[in-house]
Amino acid sequence: MYRLALKMLFGDHAKYLMLISGITFSTLLMAQGASLFCGIMSWTFATLRNSRAAIWVADPKVEQVNDTKPLRDTDVNRVRSVRNVAWAAPLFSSTIQARLLDGSFKLIQLVGIDATTFAGAPAKMLRGRLEDLRLPNTVIIDDLGVERLSEGRSRPIDVGDVFEINDREARIVGICRAYRSFFGGPYVYTTYDRAVQYAPTQRKMLSFILAAPQPGRDPHAVAHEIERETGLRAFTESEFIWSTMWWYVKNTGIPFNVGTLVLLGFIVGTVISGQTFYAFVHENTRNLGALKAMGASTWKLCSMLILQSLAVGFIGYGVGIGAVALLGNFLLGLGKVPFLLLWQIPVIVGVAVFFICAISAVLGILRIARLEPAIVFRG
Amino acid sequence: MVAPAPTHFTPSRAPLAVVLKGLDKSFGEGDSRTHVLKHTQFDARLGELLMLVGPSGCGKTTLLSILAGTLVADGGEINVLGYRLHEMKSGPITKFRSNHIGFIFQQFNLIPTLTVAENVSVPLLIQGVSVTKAEKKARELLAVVGIPEKADDRPVKLSGGQQQRVAIARALVHEPPLLVCDEPTSALDSENGQHVMEILRTIARQETRTVIVVTHDPRIYKFADRMAEMEDGRILRVLQSPAEIAAAHINF
Ligand SMILES: Nc1ncnc2c1ncn2[C@@H]1O[C@H](COP(=O)(O)OP(=O)(O)OP(=O)(O)O)[C@@H](O)[C@H]1O
Ligand SMILES: [Mg+2]
Repeated sequence: MYRLALKMLFGDHAKYLMLISGITFSTLLMAQGASLFCGIMSWTFATLRNSRAAIWVADPKVEQVNDTKPLRDTDVNRVRSVRNVAWAAPLFSSTIQARLLDGSFKLIQLVGIDATTFAGAPAKMLRGRLEDLRLPNTVIIDDLGVERLSEGRSRPIDVGDVFEINDREARIVGICRAYRSFFGGPYVYTTYDRAVQYAPTQRKMLSFILAAPQPGRDPHAVAHEIERETGLRAFTESEFIWSTMWWYVKNTGIPFNVGTLVLLGFIVGTVISGQTFYAFVHENTRNLGALKAMGASTWKLCSMLILQSLAVGFIGYGVGIGAVALLGNFLLGLGKVPFLLLWQIPVIVGVAVFFICAISAVLGILRIARLEPAIVFRG
Repeated sequence: MVAPAPTHFTPSRAPLAVVLKGLDKSFGEGDSRTHVLKHTQFDARLGELLMLVGPSGCGKTTLLSILAGTLVADGGEINVLGYRLHEMKSGPITKFRSNHIGFIFQQFNLIPTLTVAENVSVPLLIQGVSVTKAEKKARELLAVVGIPEKADDRPVKLSGGQQQRVAIARALVHEPPLLVCDEPTSALDSENGQHVMEILRTIARQETRTVIVVTHDPRIYKFADRMAEMEDGRILRVLQSPAEIAAAHINF
């Protein structure tokens, strides 16, 4: 019986294709939208992914990692003196317009790390050595930087090459891998002291203090302790990530716009597949009525419908997710489009597609339940 | 050609397969309420082909639907093959239909996306018989109705007469004791109508089934063993033999 149910569905090519494309399109829209959202969100806390520390200390008014309010240099020592803090190091982080040798301006994400501990240094070096940052006038750039800073040169910029940031020499001693930043500028790492010189001068320059708890101590508790003793704000890493994302959710139209896209995908999918499925049941009313007359129970007919809608959902979902993966690969290749397909996205979209199928099946089922088997005798 | 009735068989003495007493049925509410069946009495015997005739709208289809268990009556007793349908709930009635009734519809109601053999096997699949067994039985039945070579075609490729034969094969595949047919020949030309009726008649006789045929078509009256004449929701009279039927000159 179930085999026949599938044959009934697949035999109706027009409806079948319509249903599949409805689900595929809807899957694509939802998964693409969600990946876009996650991509953008991951950009917002890129600095947190690139410079890892258990605890981030900032000005009390700071809510997110891209909006810094400078601290006093002496605050580093105040944090160090808090109980159960293993170490604390200064971090400079700012998006600056860097004037290059040829006079052009480039947006860069300048990060200054503590020269003794290297706390907050990039995790993966592609070329060169991190320790060479201790040499005078040296920087490490990420692979995006290679692309951006090579403009106007005959060959790609590399270790040993020199460029200028605001009239000061910057010699490249390493290339690292870094997550892309929200503002799109390449990451340029140097020591804290040098970063302060590269950046336009301000009265206070200390963006964050990175800290670690004593081994075995709970980062939450230690962060709390830091806040109590210094009056500064201390986040654990994950708190700061969430706080950053939440700030963008609250203060930008991103979630609304992307949310609309995802919702649209859901609605479009539901409408197309619900309506096509209903039409499918409607056109088969006579045949379904005949089956009912011949002794197929309402439950049997309903489970046939459920099977049909699940089959459609499964295929459409598979095609849709496949398309998203391909599209994502392509977009990531372009390098400028936010796209992050977390494993949760296919799961959630799968659940949404399941709901779409369920709604479609229910529409059909309502019709079948009302179906009088006697209708088959009517002309 | 009409197959002659076997001499040992006397329809008017055979046991009753269907007994309906004091049947009432109306449709609609309030002013638009129409009383279709009015305390109707009806019976059909084992081994006979009984025709139910009468003017359009007199309630033939309604009566047939009720005795086949696809429509619920408002009142009265419905005894079919020993089952008291008026006392049964819809679940058991559904099961009753799948085990005991073969349906033949005016519009055939074959599922277009399934092959002929698959269509025929549907009643067995509903009963839970395995696909291979059901298809084997379906092919046997297609041979009985004379179109074994069409088993793997889609119904649309068949003529109306062939489609109705498929429907007959489907109605018989699970060997139901009672066959209900609502105007089985009205969508067919005269010749195909005769063929279809011959098949039904032969089957009714050979296996002592009860076949009830609702019809408007005088050309097939000669296939009836008995004929019930209906008017305005009541059975007017029952003609008890082919000779009586021929003499009555009924024409609707
Ligand atoms: N589901 C329904 N709802 C409302 N009225 C109905 C319904 N079914 C039948 N009727 C009415 O009941 C009456 C009898 O209908 P029925 O179909 O039993 O007649 P019939 O003898 O089979 O007619 P025909 O020869 O035209 O098929 C008609 O007046 C019809 O309009
Ligand atoms: Mg009728």
